Amino acid sequence: MLAATVRVTRDLDAAEEAVQDAYVQALTRWARDGVPAKPAAWLTTVARRTALNNLRRQRTLQAKLPLLVMDVDDGGRDSVAAAVLDDAAPIPDDRLRLVFTCCHPALSREAQVALTLRLVCGVSTPDIAHAFLVTEPTMAARITRAKKKIASARIPYAVPAAADLPARVDAVLTVIHLLYATGHTAHSGENLVRDELTGRALDLARMLRPLLPSEPETAGLLALLLVHQARRATRTDADGRLLRLEEQDRSAWDRALIAEADRLVVGALRAGPPGRFTLQAAIAALHAEAPSYAETDWPQILTLYDELLRRWHSPVVALNRAVAVSMVDGPAAALAEVEALERDGRLAGYRYLPATKADLLSRLGRHAEAAAAYRAALALSDNAAEQEFLQDRLSRTPR
Amino acid sequence: MAQYAILIFEREAEGGQAPDLPPEIMAAHEALPGRIAEKGGRELGGIALEPSATATSIRGDLVTDGPFIETKEALAGVFVIEARDLDHAIELARMTPIVSGGVEVRPLLGLDFSGLTS
Repeated sequence: MLAATVRVTRDLDAAEEAVQDAYVQALTRWARDGVPAKPAAWLTTVARRTALNNLRRQRTLQAKLPLLVMDVDDGGRDSVAAAVLDDAAPIPDDRLRLVFTCCHPALSREAQVALTLRLVCGVSTPDIAHAFLVTEPTMAARITRAKKKIASARIPYAVPAAADLPARVDAVLTVIHLLYATGHTAHSGENLVRDELTGRALDLARMLRPLLPSEPETAGLLALLLVHQARRATRTDADGRLLRLEEQDRSAWDRALIAEADRLVVGALRAGPPGRFTLQAAIAALHAEAPSYAETDWPQILTLYDELLRRWHSPVVALNRAVAVSMVDGPAAALAEVEALERDGRLAGYRYLPATKADLLSRLGRHAEAAAAYRAALALSDNAAEQEFLQDRLSRTPR
Repeated sequence: MAQYAILIFEREAEGGQAPDLPPEIMAAHEALPGRIAEKGGRELGGIALEPSATATSIRGDLVTDGPFIETKEALAGVFVIEARDLDHAIELARMTPIVSGGVEVRPLLGLDFSGLTS
């Protein structure tokens, strides 16, 4: 509804105001006349009309000031009229435009995430602040700044040109993935709002796929999130302790979600050279389909990691690849790679590096060094479940 | 149409000396207004700066030698364009010839700068 209204106003604040107005009108009108057959459509129509009326009033008032209305390709005023006359206008396109505006590369990543939650998902500012562990005024200021930039720099409310589309889609998918990861990891303590983030991210990924049928990476991202979701319940035991992939109860994984992910991955792989989300999804799907940790198709996973590293040179990917190396070529070969990453320095402060190193040292029987690495990982983690996990590993390491 | 300033930042040689611009860069600068027009935008005018070693800064009462802000890539010039929106402005700004550095795109405050055209 907000997306459809923004198309009329080209101004996010004005649109939000109009939407709130529509709800207020609904309260009185519906109480008097009963709820209409299509409440959502009714609200959208009323919000758009309110927005248009406000806009006209504002235009007369502010004729000499910079216009809030942006002239986009489809021709300013005409499109405003068309949007109002044609109430059945395709709302999905509006949501897509809104997503591209919120995830525009001219905005900081933090602002992209906050705006997407606020404007596309309709999450309240206090809830967003809560989820990202910042104060409400900080989050409100962040959102206001971003909206101001959208207006003053004229970030368009439009689907990007074909030449820019892959890069812009990647930015959108990155935001959605970040939303999911934030909800999934819960870096500091437990938090119900964070649980909601995973659901929001999945909704966004599901919404995006039919809107961008020509972009296989949208299928890749959805598949990746589905596999995470399928394994979600088994990530911790009854006491809330983290379980490693090899300890998780595979019979409790959601097979329907995994099958759906698999279909998406196969489709995305057929569509051409796979992107980074499709490759990550393929790796996750291979894990999910393996009968056990030991019986996983490690050589295939290593091949996929090689390809992923070629497309996306990230030290985090290199670290994950090292785990696959340990399963194919043994822990000594993997340890050499992890030590190379350690010297590289880009992962300084990243707790999974010493944790991975500790596991490899443990497998090599170098217990004293393993214990030191577990302690290093412990010092970097501020998540209760993770700390407990590492403490447990440390106490099991022979002295 | 909205107006944007394109700020050109170029790496300077040691001591704020500007390297001589290669002829192809000079030619590309001369061709730029035409290329911007082809893409549906308009260049309203611009200025090129002498290297930062020639700058004098004034902060309060203090007059000092050198640019106000010392950076590896120094401000070398500014030009103003008209574009439909930020995406269009970015598309146009990308065509700026650069030796070693980059550009910054800044929307202009809602004043009319069309008088800049020489």
